[in-house]
Amino acid sequence: MNNHSPHIGLFIPCYIDQFYPNVAIATLELLEKLGCKVTYPLGQTCCGQPMANSGFEADTLGTTSKFIRDFAGFDYIVAPSGSCVLHVKEHSPKVDKLHKNQAYVQSRIYELSEFITDVLKVDSIQGSFPHKIGFHASCHGLRGLRLASDSERNEPAFNKTLQLMRELQGMEVVELTRKDECCGFGGTFAVSEEAISVQMGKDRIADHLDKGVEIIVGGDMSCLMHMQGIATRDKNKVQLMHFAEILNQAIS
Amino acid sequence: MSHPENATVFLKDKARAKWHDETLWIVREKRDATIHQIPEWEKLRELASQIKDHTLSKLDFYLEELERNATANGIKVHWAENAEEHNQIIGRILREKNCKTIVKSKSILTEECHLNPYLAERGVEVVDTDLGERIIQFLKQPPSHIVMPAIHLKKSDISDIFHEKLNTEKGNVDPVYLTHAARLHLREKFLQAKVAITGVNFAVAETGEFVVCTNEGNADMGVHLADTHIACMGIEKLIPRRKDLGVFLRLLARSATGQSITNYNSHFRSPSPGKELHLILVNNGRTKQLGREKFRNSLKCIRCGACMNTCPIYRRSGGFSYGSTVPGPIGSILSPGIDLKKYSTLPFASTLCGSCSDVCPVKINIHEQLYEWRQEITKANGSSLKGLSMKMANGIFKSPLAYRISGQLMRASLKNLPDSIIYNPLNAWGKGRNLPDLPEESFKAWYKKNRP
Repeated sequence: MNNHSPHIGLFIPCYIDQFYPNVAIATLELLEKLGCKVTYPLGQTCCGQPMANSGFEADTLGTTSKFIRDFAGFDYIVAPSGSCVLHVKEHSPKVDKLHKNQAYVQSRIYELSEFITDVLKVDSIQGSFPHKIGFHASCHGLRGLRLASDSERNEPAFNKTLQLMRELQGMEVVELTRKDECCGFGGTFAVSEEAISVQMGKDRIADHLDKGVEIIVGGDMSCLMHMQGIATRDKNKVQLMHFAEILNQAIS
Repeated sequence: MSHPENATVFLKDKARAKWHDETLWIVREKRDATIHQIPEWEKLRELASQIKDHTLSKLDFYLEELERNATANGIKVHWAENAEEHNQIIGRILREKNCKTIVKSKSILTEECHLNPYLAERGVEVVDTDLGERIIQFLKQPPSHIVMPAIHLKKSDISDIFHEKLNTEKGNVDPVYLTHAARLHLREKFLQAKVAITGVNFAVAETGEFVVCTNEGNADMGVHLADTHIACMGIEKLIPRRKDLGVFLRLLARSATGQSITNYNSHFRSPSPGKELHLILVNNGRTKQLGREKFRNSLKCIRCGACMNTCPIYRRSGGFSYGSTVPGPIGSILSPGIDLKKYSTLPFASTLCGSCSDVCPVKINIHEQLYEWRQEITKANGSSLKGLSMKMANGIFKSPLAYRISGQLMRASLKNLPDSIIYNPLNAWGKGRNLPDLPEESFKAWYKKNRP
């Protein structure tokens, strides 16, 4: 680690903190291995997305102010979640008293693979991961943060997350029939529209299974938690992993 | 019924729901294939979006220009403030002509105004001449899709309906055979009708003409055989110049069905000698929507239906699950403006995946407007149980200590609860999904130990 390395505030979404500490640990270790100075502000809680997406954005002022105060002192803020980053950037309510800090935080927050490719300028990670994987593009990362080209628009193909993984030895990425259909999680949608949510998840998993995928890889644990829940219930053997875990294993 | 209830019913017939999803997905794939043949596709979308934004910003100006030029062309122009006035204008023309049978080509606006029941009550037989529309008219159903109104029906369903209504052979599902039967049936109706009603896809302010796009040629057939043509348009269906039309015609068919162009794009500019041409400009809530800054640009919609075909929720719940004239994502941002309470579940019938906004040929930010409608709906609902829990959640997330305690409690209680409680059918998460395996400690606890 050199003295010029940026100081990163690690933003770990609340459900990852509680349910998936290994993904948070992998993110921390990966950034450290890439030469970053990383601090996890201990007072952080949640970005407020579940409330805002349910129509209660106005009630998240307190949560949003707290988020800004926790993270305004860092060079960059990085999170292993496209969805939460998008929320902070675009949907958190304006906090008038903190507007300068809020604008700073919104311009300095990055999803993990976006940070590694666009800020650290790492082209790809070397290592090995001998598995057949399917990539699940989370909608907020895909169409919100534009972490990859989507199937709706006519634009040159790119995928920042897969670009980082493309040189891993032994890894095969399958082509899905519906390459970027939503998994059906959608926050409180998962509960309020339970029937469709589960059906969408089943369909998404089936697309991967049809292609013989061993591991479904994604960048948002919320999508993966939903699909893992369905796969376990349906006794499907497929595994689900966050790409941070794969990259961190690959370079260790 | 609410959208989730309707969707649950729709999904009970698993095979049919799968068929519906796959059928619409094929249309989406056709659209994808054709737009990739247009290198400037994204530029076209941007141009169309800007033309529509501009038009909406000067809507009064262009509407008056349209009225002036259309009138000069010999078109009789009418203004209707709402659905009732729209129906009355048509009723009056039909009375003057002593007309008891009319043919109509597809118009979602006349659906929105409930014209068919209005005329039926007054003893006028309305025959919808678009094949899909005619099929659902036999069933007394509304359209389930704005471009493919009978997309919810299978060939075998149509065979049964035609057997009953048109005496076709029982069990014959051959599309050519069935279409031929419909053609003979409709030909008779075309010949009887003295008045033909059509919708309008685009009206051109500069020239005072309007354009109707169909694949079956039914609008032209109806109009040319009748003495009177009544065209009905929402006031947002306006473009400034004829040269703007090319932008929209290139986008419309490709987005709607994956065709490079609609089969018939008919321009109507002035009546034939001895005939009458009426154009009804309908507001019905559109200026109200224009006044809502966050939702204004929903009026850019050219009714291609691409957002329905791509929507993972529409495909798995069907058009009727929305209970609105225009279903799907675009319907879910238009309908709350008409009746916030009645359509309050529609903006929540989305994962906010954003696919609708990216297929939209005029770049309406549909999913962002769904999000904004959610905020409006919760404000209008005042305090509710869900509202209270969200306020409590904000209270928890504001305070790190409260968050830590509640997180620990949650993990501890989930561990100790018997599966029978977690996976109770009343628990919506657990009905079809397991919960994640619970870790020994949170990341926060790990971090304190490992990065002191």
